[in-house]
Amino acid sequence: MIHSLFLINCSGDIFLEKHWKSVVSQSVCDYFFEAQEKAIDVENVPPVISTPHHYLISIYRDKIFFVSVIQTEVPPLFVIEFLHRVADTFQDYFGECSETAIKDNVVIVYELLEEMLDNGFPLATESNILKELIKPPTILRSVVNSITGSSNVGDTLPTGQLSNIPWRRAGVKYTNNEAYFDVIEEIDAIIDKSGSTVFAEIQGVIDSCIKLSGMPDLSLSFMNPRLLDDVSFHPCIRFKRWESERVLSFIPPDGNFRLISYRVSSQNLVAIPVYVKHMISFKENSSSGRFDVTIGPKQNMGKTVEGVVMTVHMPKAVLNMNLTATQGSYTFDPVIKVLTWDVGKITPQKLPNLKGIVNLQSGAPKPEENPSLNIQFKIQQLAISGLKVNRLDMYGEKYKPFKGVKYITKAGKFQVRT
Amino acid sequence: DIYLKQMLESSKDSAKLDAMKRIVGMIAKGKNASELFPAVVKNVASKNIEIKKLVYVYLMRYAEEQQDLALLSISTFQRALKDPNQLIRASALRVLSSIRVPIIVPIMMLAIKEASSDLSPYVRKNAAHAIQKLYSLDPEQKEMLIEVIEKLLKDKSTLVAGSVVMAFEEVCPDRIDLIHKNYRKLCNLLVDVEEWGQVVIIHMLTRYARTQFVSPWKDDEVVEEYSENNFYESDEEQKEKDQKVKNTYTMDPDHRLLLRNTKPLLQSRNAAVVMAVAQLYWHLAPKSEAGIVSKSLVRLLHSNREVQYIVLQNIATMSIQRKGMFEPYLKSFYVRSTDPTMIKTLKLEILTNLANEANISTLLREFQTYVRSQDKQFAAATIQAIGRCATNITEVTDTCLNGLVCLLSNRDEIVVAESVVVIKKLLQTQPAHHGEIIKHMAKLLDNITVPVARASILWLIGEYCERVPKIAPDVLRKTAKTFTNEDDLVKLQILNLGAKLYLTNSKQTKLLTQYVLNLGKYDQSYDIRDRTRFIRQLIVPNEKSGALSKYAKKIFLAQKPAPLLESPFKDRDHFQLGTLSHTLNSRATGYLELSDWPKVAPDPSVRNVDVAELAKEWTGILGKTKKEKPTEKFYSESEEDEDESSSTSASGRCLESNLHLPCLKNSIFRTGHYLKRIRKKFKKSQSYVAAPVSVPTKTHELLHRMSGKGLAAHYHFSRQPGIFGDRMVSVQLTVTNTTDQKIENIHIKEKKLPPGMRMHEFNPIECLEPAGSITVSMGIDFCDSAQMASFQLCTKDDYFNVNIQPPVGELLLPVTMSEKDFKKDGI
Repeated sequence: MIHSLFLINCSGDIFLEKHWKSVVSQSVCDYFFEAQEKAIDVENVPPVISTPHHYLISIYRDKIFFVSVIQTEVPPLFVIEFLHRVADTFQDYFGECSETAIKDNVVIVYELLEEMLDNGFPLATESNILKELIKPPTILRSVVNSITGSSNVGDTLPTGQLSNIPWRRAGVKYTNNEAYFDVIEEIDAIIDKSGSTVFAEIQGVIDSCIKLSGMPDLSLSFMNPRLLDDVSFHPCIRFKRWESERVLSFIPPDGNFRLISYRVSSQNLVAIPVYVKHMISFKENSSSGRFDVTIGPKQNMGKTVEGVVMTVHMPKAVLNMNLTATQGSYTFDPVIKVLTWDVGKITPQKLPNLKGIVNLQSGAPKPEENPSLNIQFKIQQLAISGLKVNRLDMYGEKYKPFKGVKYITKAGKFQVRT
Repeated sequence: DIYLKQMLESSKDSAKLDAMKRIVGMIAKGKNASELFPAVVKNVASKNIEIKKLVYVYLMRYAEEQQDLALLSISTFQRALKDPNQLIRASALRVLSSIRVPIIVPIMMLAIKEASSDLSPYVRKNAAHAIQKLYSLDPEQKEMLIEVIEKLLKDKSTLVAGSVVMAFEEVCPDRIDLIHKNYRKLCNLLVDVEEWGQVVIIHMLTRYARTQFVSPWKDDEVVEEYSENNFYESDEEQKEKDQKVKNTYTMDPDHRLLLRNTKPLLQSRNAAVVMAVAQLYWHLAPKSEAGIVSKSLVRLLHSNREVQYIVLQNIATMSIQRKGMFEPYLKSFYVRSTDPTMIKTLKLEILTNLANEANISTLLREFQTYVRSQDKQFAAATIQAIGRCATNITEVTDTCLNGLVCLLSNRDEIVVAESVVVIKKLLQTQPAHHGEIIKHMAKLLDNITVPVARASILWLIGEYCERVPKIAPDVLRKTAKTFTNEDDLVKLQILNLGAKLYLTNSKQTKLLTQYVLNLGKYDQSYDIRDRTRFIRQLIVPNEKSGALSKYAKKIFLAQKPAPLLESPFKDRDHFQLGTLSHTLNSRATGYLELSDWPKVAPDPSVRNVDVAELAKEWTGILGKTKKEKPTEKFYSESEEDEDESSSTSASGRCLESNLHLPCLKNSIFRTGHYLKRIRKKFKKSQSYVAAPVSVPTKTHELLHRMSGKGLAAHYHFSRQPGIFGDRMVSVQLTVTNTTDQKIENIHIKEKKLPPGMRMHEFNPIECLEPAGSITVSMGIDFCDSAQMASFQLCTKDDYFNVNIQPPVGELLLPVTMSEKDFKKDGI
């Protein structure tokens, strides 16, 4: 399936290559560079490119292009999903998926890639299994290794690989047994000029951090499971139990993982926690315009809206902006024409406002369209859909674990048209 | 390099390791490290496992280039293949099969054969991978490899399934016959296979099903051609049709099995699995059922841009043929200004496909926002989309046309040009009232520079020159002046305009046309010169021009068919969805065609699995589980119930652990008699029914207190000899009242039992106090099948539907027998 992999940085250097079948020359990447040039923007590089003898399927993650070389028919999503899994694994092992991290750990990277694919077909992609095969680097271990000459490579077959619980390693032991669940909801929305909602939906995930000894069997139930319209599961979840009882029953992987992602049914109206008042205008036949934006909180269960950031892609004709913010700070990047306003927390008594003059290139025509405002925010201790965890039960182990649930609501792709 | 060589030859492992790490670093950067081959290969037998691994990495990279030297390492691997540690056996096989040296083909073949009957499923998985490697090295081994594939396809391990199907797809995808006997097993294993294997198996089974089952779709012709009227069919008509089909068509149970067992995978976290199931439903499910995939596909749109791109492409193809599937999710395809252009255009494509009379006004409002987008490429695409909506939905044609005419005064040239092109197409479909618009466009010609737009305007004026008799000659005059500086595309249209005017209004334009033709005669482009010559012969009669010139007017001013504004995704559906070929819209190497449904289904009995054969395999597995620890614990819901009991009785364990295999279980459902046979066998050998060695304490929920309005019921299998008759399985039912009121008259009603099944009810419970609970016995004769017994649990005022499904193990009678008898019977 996957023949070779090239990692390419933003300046077009191929800084890592790995081949699972016979060697494919680096020159195949020229087709990729060609497409990249044509696309102008990195976001627009087509993920699938056809060349005379190969197909290139690529992803762009953390300023790195992962370009895989394919020779025969394969579902493109299969490759894309795998490449993202590779990037996730790097992230997991090195704390970041960057060129430096990969270069610094090139041997581990190679060993990982070797275990993840055999002859181009995925072999072990579960982080629990990989960590048993190849230990992640730590400062302490690298010191110890260099003195004792011992290795990073496990010499036993991970038990998970053989069992039907491949996501969990055996013999897990903790002195403090803990299970944490973060219910994170994102609001995707498009708000039109007049402030009415064109489209809004809530997408959520439950990320878990489980540090429990042995083979715990957990079941997590909700007060209102009916809210979850469409759910995707980590493979550990017993599907039938969910179907019949709406209970999440599972033997968890060890460590951090995403338990479920869900979409809240579209019948429920989405409460939009902020509103934006805006006045953006460009004068005809003049090289300036006005910009005036205020952000305010709507009724949201008494929780504060914080971490508010607004980014605006201004029209090309904009030269610079002279603004004053009543709260937070703003920057305008005249090269990419992006205005960023870091607002922080909204206090309803004093609404944050950003106001001032926009300078346009002289002689340039008045921009056709006002820019859209992209808003980010966070609300702690609130799941906007109203989803609530009822209880967590543990079977199979005797100890009493410490349990915790945290709720958070964020803006997803939240856009206000002006 | 010399330095590295010295390090490799040093006696210290740490130095060697350091050297190997640097070498791997070189390989990673794509630098040539092949000169070190002799020094590296010596370390292949190193005791240090990390050095060894890195040497393996090196070998796989360079063995092909240094074949002779690579042979030195082979004996090490051959030895490792016999190692007691399965990890070492597996990795030896992996490396050995990755060394692309033709001379070792026989050794590889032998190793694969041996590994394919290894006791460790992990080694067998690696064997399946090795098959493909050997096949690509030496295709002549095909026949032998197919034998190994056949063997591994029978494997019951979920670990092996994905890999062997991958090998099958690569080596012998046409040998559908190998799948028959394994079809049901694969369907049943699917949920427990790892996600990558799931994708491969689902794609293979999609192809398989299209050769083995008859079409579940109503009218083949309509479906295959996806004719226009299908678009506008209301849902009700659709349903009616479906109904009709239901009367005549019954789905093969195996076809249903596949659909049923893949459905839960729509909930997978892996986008590739979700897409695979979606394409399976698209290609195999009755039309009324395919809709269930849309929700999951829309969910994937929340993922990263690459996943979005592929999913949107597939939705685009689907939405052309079955609008209804995605109509409820219309707004999920609304475009954000931050989306990358390629995502924007795909979303737009889908929105256009979904447009209908009901939603068009909302959509047009949305489109207005897009037209003003700063992303001009996208704005242009939106204009085309508006054009398509205008032709498809006649109600809004005028609105759209007016909107587009407004856009002609837009500041951006790309927008104007695109509008011109689209208006031109629209006018052609609507030749009623265009005088005004054409005049308006003629004025634009002075300012617009985009060639396509200029060409479009010229064509329009030429085509309808009789309706704008005053303007047309003037336009020709102006363009004749600029002819030499125009783009080829525009030049052709100037010639065209000239020709048409010459034919209709030769008085005013004769000279002008001849001037233009003269310019064209000496143009640099072949095309222009060629066209000029052609036109001159046709419109200016002379002796040579012959008969054709008489018809010049008919030729040039014939009524032209209006162009169809179609989706670029219209013809993509002949590729299987979710494939690379579909994404590229061209056949990729190794693409396997999806066959049309057979008119008559091939013999379905080929998929039946012989019971005797099964039994043989049981013993095989029994042997294995004894040798290696029973690591294969299945992680599906139904099996779990038995877990606790399985650890208790020794002889029980073997049998039960087999029953854990879901595939076997399913075969038992189909061959219920088999259990009877076992029973008879035991009776013959005069063993006697024993008191149960262990009784599982596990209870099963019959009725949850929430759904039972406070009445809860649990049951468990007491493993008592049936007190209601020897064919009855004893079930103990515990009823609990969790309300704060009495519950009266609890009894059973409305038994819905499969044929042959009988049930002995418990005596009605007259009254159950709050928080009280009571245990009663009942007997059910399940007829040795694992089918459900459904009935109603009633109280005085209420009734609840419940059912009991026995784990297969509970259907067996416990017997005691000596080890000798056990072996003799050879189950």
